[in-house]
Amino acid sequence: MMEFYFELPLWLRLTVQGLAVIAVLFPLAGACSMAERKVSAWIQGRPGPSRAIVPWLAWIPGISLLQKLGVFHFTADGGKMFLKEDVAPGSVNKFYYYLAPLIAVVPALCTVTFVPFGAYWDAATETMKPLVLANVDVSMLAVFAVASLGVYSLILAGWASNSKYPFLGGVRASAQLISYELSMTLSVLPVFLWVNAPGGEGSLSLIHVVNTQAQPGLWGGMWYVFLMPLSAFIFLVALFAETNRQPFDMPESEADLVGGFHTEYGELKWGLFFVAEYAHMFVGSAIFMILFCGGWHPFPWLPLDTLLGWLGGIAPIFLNPVVSGVIAVGIFLAKLIFSIFVFMWVRWTLPRFRYDQVMKLGWQKLLPLSIGNLIFYAVAIAIIERS
Amino acid sequence: MSFKTVERRPLSLAERTYVPQILSGMKTTFKKMVKPKETLNYPEARPPIPPGYRGVPTLVKDPNGREKCVSCQLCEFVCPPKAIRITPGEIPPDAETAHVEKAPEEFEIDMLRCIYCGLCQEVCPEEAIWLQNVFSVSGYTREEMVNDKKRLYELGGTLPDDHYKWDKKKAAEEAGNPHH
Ligand code: SF4
Ligand code: SF4
Repeated sequence: MMEFYFELPLWLRLTVQGLAVIAVLFPLAGACSMAERKVSAWIQGRPGPSRAIVPWLAWIPGISLLQKLGVFHFTADGGKMFLKEDVAPGSVNKFYYYLAPLIAVVPALCTVTFVPFGAYWDAATETMKPLVLANVDVSMLAVFAVASLGVYSLILAGWASNSKYPFLGGVRASAQLISYELSMTLSVLPVFLWVNAPGGEGSLSLIHVVNTQAQPGLWGGMWYVFLMPLSAFIFLVALFAETNRQPFDMPESEADLVGGFHTEYGELKWGLFFVAEYAHMFVGSAIFMILFCGGWHPFPWLPLDTLLGWLGGIAPIFLNPVVSGVIAVGIFLAKLIFSIFVFMWVRWTLPRFRYDQVMKLGWQKLLPLSIGNLIFYAVAIAIIERS
Repeated sequence: MSFKTVERRPLSLAERTYVPQILSGMKTTFKKMVKPKETLNYPEARPPIPPGYRGVPTLVKDPNGREKCVSCQLCEFVCPPKAIRITPGEIPPDAETAHVEKAPEEFEIDMLRCIYCGLCQEVCPEEAIWLQNVFSVSGYTREEMVNDKKRLYELGGTLPDDHYKWDKKKAAEEAGNPHH
């Protein structure tokens, strides 16, 4: 099976890998909308959507648990979105109006290419090999570059809708995304300063960052969230703003902008915006987990290699490349799901900032803070590495 | 009048970062999340109905199964939105309850008009019409929303009777006291 796979031509393998990742990410992003409804319901003391069930599946024992979790609501919602009539208001600019949701989804799903999402045990070299679609040396930069393309979709949607509220939403979105991008980029620089020791080869690779959090010793095994809590904090705040999540969901703020940039959108086009938003959340959380929380390593000071070594001592099956890969991806996914849960939890806890507060926070608080943070770590790292 | 001036201190550094406040807010919502749900699964689970609740007006029978309404039409007159329509009828002389003389032939309450005021229950000299526990009425047509006599007795059922006034009257008559 494995040999057969590796004998396929490279382009076919890459296509299969890419489709596999998208086939996981796309439904996950959709399922998030369900999770969002459930989490909001639980926080508000409601059971949430729990009624829908496919009648001819109702006899299966235990299916009522899925029903309680609202799984069939999710499929019904998805089905509804696909089957709805495709309407476009007469006043819109048709070409850009249809283009905008596509531009939202494409970069959101493209960023996944650069994000490593696991590792497997390679018996030949006795090391962990990373699982990633495109193992490039500039993956951090690439993620930032492609992810920020997403703002064009909001601007386009706002502008092409040819109506006031979407327009304001689009303007707000672009201002907000640009403001917080700065702090976000500045906050990850200390990590890369620390990772790239002088004399060694410089790298912006995310895999490299994960590996450096899994070294032996007190400092080596430390996740960067402990080493650079302020960076992690700034990154997280900027991430909330970048993904347009409450308390930063200015572009959508339904209280003052109806629906924001997607006011004029319906059915699948609207759904695509949401898939894009959740995909951004997934990729953003993945980057956060990779940079600051040790990626697919289960605990600080306990890298996956060591764990697999122990488990391999008990049963050699754990050193099988597929099994070890599944474990790594599972750990990483668990961390991601936790972080998505935190996103939702925060959303249903906090009220929304006012627009001027968002701007003030971005430019007057977060940006100076991230610059100060960068200078502090630059000096500190210089001193540590000099001695 | 005594009052207390609330001291307004400038926000501390921790407060200006919002972080402690956000965390305490998240603690609150997390507690809510693990607490039992506060809503009812409505059609399956129903709320408890307090005594004296004014639901849909219904007609009741006494424990002997006699229909209590004597079609005096007081409720029809008192009903503010004119929701009640009564067709009075005679009780056949050979019936067991012939001494009651009258009973409604048809009794209709239009639930699209009724405002659940309870005046009909209050005015009824026979305690024959009661606003009971049913609070959810729905239908696809206007006709469905009019409760006829049969439906009204179905909804009403039997309620305990403290007086058995007509039985007493009959007993008194048979004992030779027609003016009881
Ligand atoms: S319900 Fe009561 S008030 Fe109405 S007609 Fe019958 S006896 Fe009279
Ligand atoms: S409750 Fe009021 S409105 Fe309804 S039937 Fe009785 S008197 Fe009329």
